[in-house]
Amino acid sequence: MTTNRRDFLTAAVTAVGAVVTPDLSHAHDHDHEHQAVPSDPTLRVKALESLLVEKGLVDRSALDALIDTYEHKVGPRNGARVVARAWADPAYRQRLLTNADAAIAELGYGGLQGEHMVVVENTPKVHNLVVCTLCSCYPWPVLGLPPVWYKSAPFRSRAVIDPRGVLREFGLELADDVELRVWDSTAELRYLVLPERPAGSEKLSEEELAALVTRDAMIGVGIAARRQGDRG
Amino acid sequence: MNGVHDMGGMQDMGPVQAEKNEPVFHEPWQGRAYAVTRAMGAWRKWNLDASRFQREQIAPVDYFRLSYYERWVVALVELMLRNGMVTPAELESGKPDPGSAKQTPPLTAEKVPILTSKGVPARRDVAVTARFHAGERVRARNMNPVGHTRLVRYARGKNGTIHMDHGVFLFPDTNALFLGEKPQHVYSVRFAARELWGEQAAPQDSVYIDMWDDYLEPA
Repeated sequence: MTTNRRDFLTAAVTAVGAVVTPDLSHAHDHDHEHQAVPSDPTLRVKALESLLVEKGLVDRSALDALIDTYEHKVGPRNGARVVARAWADPAYRQRLLTNADAAIAELGYGGLQGEHMVVVENTPKVHNLVVCTLCSCYPWPVLGLPPVWYKSAPFRSRAVIDPRGVLREFGLELADDVELRVWDSTAELRYLVLPERPAGSEKLSEEELAALVTRDAMIGVGIAARRQGDRG
Repeated sequence: MNGVHDMGGMQDMGPVQAEKNEPVFHEPWQGRAYAVTRAMGAWRKWNLDASRFQREQIAPVDYFRLSYYERWVVALVELMLRNGMVTPAELESGKPDPGSAKQTPPLTAEKVPILTSKGVPARRDVAVTARFHAGERVRARNMNPVGHTRLVRYARGKNGTIHMDHGVFLFPDTNALFLGEKPQHVYSVRFAARELWGEQAAPQDSVYIDMWDDYLEPA
């Protein structure tokens, strides 16, 4: 692949012009020019929303409520509480691994794009990684909406054929004696990784444990770790 | 359909670019696009599989050129046009056609917490016989439907082992085309990484893929 084509792909994927005619020779110039003016999707989506509101097809306050839900109420802190409870309570951990829907509902979470949950557990000898190679399937009730990289071509394409290489890009080097299990979310099951509990966290409260659980650890591209200076 | 959305195993897509402290939506229009798509789905003129199929039909060059929520908008507009919910003239002018009746949106702010907390389950409580059981060797069928399918290309013709039975779910291949739910068992199938990718894969690694009964045959 030539440098030019790579540059074009990078510019095109990050550019925000939906209906701009692609011009390969000037892709970069366009990208810069567009930053000074309202981007095309902004105007287009605004016009679409106005039309649908005026036709009585959508309720603007419902749109606000949906956005507020995923910007402020539903996100990876939910999943972190699930993980912390599983670390703190062996009986809960068992319920979580055998009937994830019910166990997650115990903490008050569940619903859209998490109707059918599966929790997979990391151990010293097994590491789990979640992907959706076909689109962007992700467990919303416990992790919120997926980050851009999770939905991107590089992750979707390589997580199954070169998962160890992908993990390396996230700073995670798996030992040769660790078994890597990749879960491709091709159906309506949604996967959450139960990371290993960090060493030295025995004295932490459940709330303190939850603070160690990152979104990346629950996807499997990271691990839960005590930060420098944490009490323990 | 053997489209570019079916990305598993493709190469030369570049490094994964993770962003620190990424916002849920980078720009307000993305949130609006997300919410409008959800709200229009509440009319139940189409289903989740149909909207996925619509996104898959975006021309390959556009699929890569467009950002994620731009693809959502393109697919939503197409679905609304096909279902007669908006007209090309309305999209052009941004105004309802003269004389068109104002409707009542099915999704109100009060109903949003119900939608998000209850979800839209795809599991079906019907008795369907499972053709396969945990531990059995199976082969993913070699088939190339031109419609919607969730049978990933990289697994077709490959041998795996049933890891577990998830129960009965509606079938996306027919559901996306409004040809019925055709409820059937979905299994988690374990494929050895070397079965999928050959010697370059680590011998102990594997990929677990969820597969409907119709995607499988005895190995």
